[in-house]
Amino acid sequence: MNLNATIIGQIIAFFAFAWFCQALVWPPIVKALSDRQKKIADGLEAASRAGKDLELAQERATDMLREAKASAAGIIDQANKRANQIVDEAKDKAREEGLRIKAGAQAEIEQQVSQAREHLRHQVAVLAVAGAEKILQSTVDAKVHGELLNKLAASL
Amino acid sequence: MAETAEANVNEVAAAAHAEHAAEGAAGAEKYASGGEYIGHHLNFLTYGKLPDGHLGFAHTPEEANAMGFWSIHVDTMGISALLGLIFIGLFMTVSRKATSGVPGGLQNAVEFVVELVQNSIKNTFHGTCDFLGPIALTIFCWILMMNMMDLVPVDMIPGAAQMITGNPHLFFKAVPTTDVNITIGFSLSVFLLILYYSIKVKGLGGFLGELAFQPFGKWALPLNLVMEVPAFLAKPVSLALRLFGNLFAGEVIFLVIGLLGYWQLPLNLAWAIFHILVIPLQAYLFMMLTIVNLNQAHQHH
Repeated sequence: MNLNATIIGQIIAFFAFAWFCQALVWPPIVKALSDRQKKIADGLEAASRAGKDLELAQERATDMLREAKASAAGIIDQANKRANQIVDEAKDKAREEGLRIKAGAQAEIEQQVSQAREHLRHQVAVLAVAGAEKILQSTVDAKVHGELLNKLAASL
Repeated sequence: MAETAEANVNEVAAAAHAEHAAEGAAGAEKYASGGEYIGHHLNFLTYGKLPDGHLGFAHTPEEANAMGFWSIHVDTMGISALLGLIFIGLFMTVSRKATSGVPGGLQNAVEFVVELVQNSIKNTFHGTCDFLGPIALTIFCWILMMNMMDLVPVDMIPGAAQMITGNPHLFFKAVPTTDVNITIGFSLSVFLLILYYSIKVKGLGGFLGELAFQPFGKWALPLNLVMEVPAFLAKPVSLALRLFGNLFAGEVIFLVIGLLGYWQLPLNLAWAIFHILVIPLQAYLFMMLTIVNLNQAHQHH
């Protein structure tokens, strides 16, 4: 068992290798390890966040659906109201139109009635003269009695 | 455990010396006895100053001993450096294209080790130190790979080295952590780090104060020093000898099993399976104790 310079050689070799290890080996491996640790932690966090996001999104979706349903119901209501209004307006117009037509017809009827009456009046005068001729067996001078007869027709 | 291993070492080393003396007379036959086989496997490929003044490899344990401190174990040092390069290369290929997405097979394995180290630090270390992670990772992976060399059959790598060099008597030790120099190299590195961070965090005065004024207050200063300084110095020694003792004992048992002819096959398997527990345990323990010691260096008492 000689103690010799191998000890010194080994000490030099040890510090050389330890320095190499410290400079070239240790940092990248430790960095890779801690990076991976961080990655995994981030991944887990992202996963749980995604779950929460999904929940929120679902909630929002149901909210929007509910709103859409409510607004659709509103629109239908409005449409119904408008339709009723239109129908009512149409009814009113139709009634007015009807009344107007009826009034026109009545006026025409009255006109025709008065025309007929006028006509009849003339004929009554002629008939009365003819009747009176038959009764008197003589001719009634139209010119003499015309005025009388016309007065009679006007009083009818 | 470390002490028994040390005892083993001394015994085996003594046997090896005796056998080598015998070999000088006996001559050519490769391993005259089991003791010589084991002893041969416990020698290092040592490079240093030979007795004739030239630099070269020691041919005998005596020559290696005579080289003194300024010699180097080329085998364990080389394999240690090679394994360190494999570790850095492997981890660098992963860190180059490390992705925070889905990791591939190799990245997964590397991340497993890095997370093991990170968690150990998180549970044990309560200061801030950017250099500790790389230190702990280097210690764990490197020692684990060195220890795993123990599972390679004991004659395979030395045999290959002998074949390549053409020298049947070449010493070659394949498991770096069974070389006490390598484990002391580790523990002294950790010791230097403890000193550095102690002084950096507490200041020189604070650090020396902890040694001098605890646990009995300033009036018992000599007693405090007698208790604290050995405890402080014992840290690297226990760290080095624990690892060395465990792995050395394991290797010696592999060597002893290797003497048994065909019986070695089932026994080798059994011991290897048991040893699989020791290999990562010792690597992990060294890393944990490094973290604990550096944590103490960062804490004010």
